[in-house]
Amino acid sequence: MSNLAGKVALITGAARGQGAAEARLFAERGAKVVITDVLDEEGRQVAADIGDAAHYIHLDVTDENSWAAAVKETVAHFGKLNVLVNNAGIVQVKALVDTSVADYMKVIEINQLGVFLGMRTVAGPMKEAGSGSIINISSIDGLIGMSGGSAYCASKFAVRGMTKVAAMELGPDNIRVNSIHPGGIHTPMITQAGMDESVMKDIFSKVPLGRVGQPEEMATLAAYLASDDSSYSTGSEFIADGGLTAGFSLEH
Amino acid sequence: MGALDGKVALITGAARGQGAAEARLFVERGAKVMMTDVLDDEGQQVAAELGDAAAYMRLDVTSEDGWKEVVAATVEKFGKLNVLINNAGIITPVAELHETSLATFQKVTDVNQTGVFLGMREVVEPMKKAGGGSIVNIASIDGLIGMYGAVAYCASKFAVRGMTKVAAIELGKYGIRVNSLHPGGVKTKILDDTGMTEAQAEEAFKAIPLGRIAKSEEMATLAAYLASDDASYSTGSEFIADGGLTAGFALEG
Repeated sequence: MSNLAGKVALITGAARGQGAAEARLFAERGAKVVITDVLDEEGRQVAADIGDAAHYIHLDVTDENSWAAAVKETVAHFGKLNVLVNNAGIVQVKALVDTSVADYMKVIEINQLGVFLGMRTVAGPMKEAGSGSIINISSIDGLIGMSGGSAYCASKFAVRGMTKVAAMELGPDNIRVNSIHPGGIHTPMITQAGMDESVMKDIFSKVPLGRVGQPEEMATLAAYLASDDSSYSTGSEFIADGGLTAGFSLEH
Repeated sequence: MGALDGKVALITGAARGQGAAEARLFVERGAKVMMTDVLDDEGQQVAAELGDAAAYMRLDVTSEDGWKEVVAATVEKFGKLNVLINNAGIITPVAELHETSLATFQKVTDVNQTGVFLGMREVVEPMKKAGGGSIVNIASIDGLIGMYGAVAYCASKFAVRGMTKVAAIELGKYGIRVNSLHPGGVKTKILDDTGMTEAQAEEAFKAIPLGRIAKSEEMATLAAYLASDDASYSTGSEFIADGGLTAGFALEG
C-alpha cells in the first residue's frame, strides 16, 4: 500500500499519540512527513525512528511566526507541502462555573486558533503544489456535548465549522478540507486529563463496538483523507467513534 | 494494494454506475465480489470482465426470498460473506409532493429503503459466522438535506441513514460495522432518470466548492475504505463525498 506516494505532510502534535501514529503510517504508505510538536525530544525520536522520510520541526501552533517558519522549512526540505494534519490539541475537564478565562483561552488558543493559523499558512504552498488536503482533528465533542468540556467542546465545534468555511473557500484551488472526529482513543492526552486505562476501558465498553479506539485506527482515517482516494470529499465530518454518537440504547 | 484481501463482498445494483465501479475496484484490491442486479446482461458482462474473483446473480432487492438465495449462494461460492454494499437504488422524475402518486412513493421506498432493511437483516448470520463484517449503505446527500421534487427519494435516503445507526448499535457486539455513504452529484445512469441532461448536470455542479460532478470511481474508493479494516473504529456514521455541496452556502458567486 503506497497510496500516499508523492505526498508531503505536515503533522502537528506528532511527538506521540495519534500524531505519532499518523506520522508512522503516512511514511509507511509512501509520504514524506514533517513531524511538529513542542515536545522536541520525543518528536525528534519519532522522526529518527522513521528515517529519511521524516523531519522534525519545533512548532507552537498558537504562534503565527512559528507556523510561517515551519511551513517554509517543510517546502525547503521536501520540495512542497500538500497535506496538513492539524492534530495538536489539549483537553481540559472543568465545570463551566469553575472555568477561568485563562483556562478557557488556553484551550481555544491551541485547539482552535492553532487550526485557523495552520489552514491559513498552508493555503499558499498547497495552491502552488496544485492541490492539497487539510485534515482537522476535531472530536466527538465537536458533534455532541461533554460535561466539563465547555472550552474543549467550544474549540472542537469551532474546528468543525471552520473546516466547512475553508472547504468552500479553498475548493476552487483543489484543496480539500475535512474534519476527523475520534471517539475515545487511548492516548497520553486522555491519560493526562486524569483518566486511567481501566476507567477508559469501563466507559468505552458501552459503545457499540465495545472498546476504546487505538491511535492507529485514527491514522488510517487520516491517511484515507490525505490520499487521492477521497478526491470528492470536502467540508465534511469523518467519524471514528466505535458507534458512540450513533444513538442510545434502552438495553444494557 | 491488497487492502481488501480476504473480503467477500455482495454488491447490489452492480451492473452499472457506482455499483459496477465498486465491483471493479474491490476486485482490484483483492476482494471476491458477488454482483447482483436486475439488469442481467449488463451484470453478467461486468462479472465476466472481472474473471474468477467475481460472479453475477439476479437479485430484486425488494424480494425476501431473493435475498436469502443470493446470500446462501455467495457463502457457497466464496466461502463466507463479510461485506455488503447496499447500492441498488432508483430515483423518479422530479415531481412536487402534491404530484407524487402513492404508487411512485411506494416503488421508491420498496427499492431504496426496504431493500436495505432486507439486505442488512439477511447478512447478519453469515457475518457473525465470519467473525465480523462491514455493511455500507449507499444513501445520498438527499439523506442529509432536502431536494426539491424528490419527496420519496429523500424519505428513503433519510430512512437509510437512520436504519444504519440502529443496525450499528445492534450489530457492534458481533464486530459488524454499519455506515452510510452519501454521494453528491455523480455521473451515472441514475441522473438521467431525474430528467436532467448530462450538460445540465455538469452545469449544476459547477457552483459547488470542488466545481465539478463526481465520477463513480470516487464513490468506490470511499466504499472500499469502509469495507476495509482501515475503518475498524467507524460505525453508525455518515461518510460524505459531495464535493463540498453540503458544507454551506456562499454569498459570493
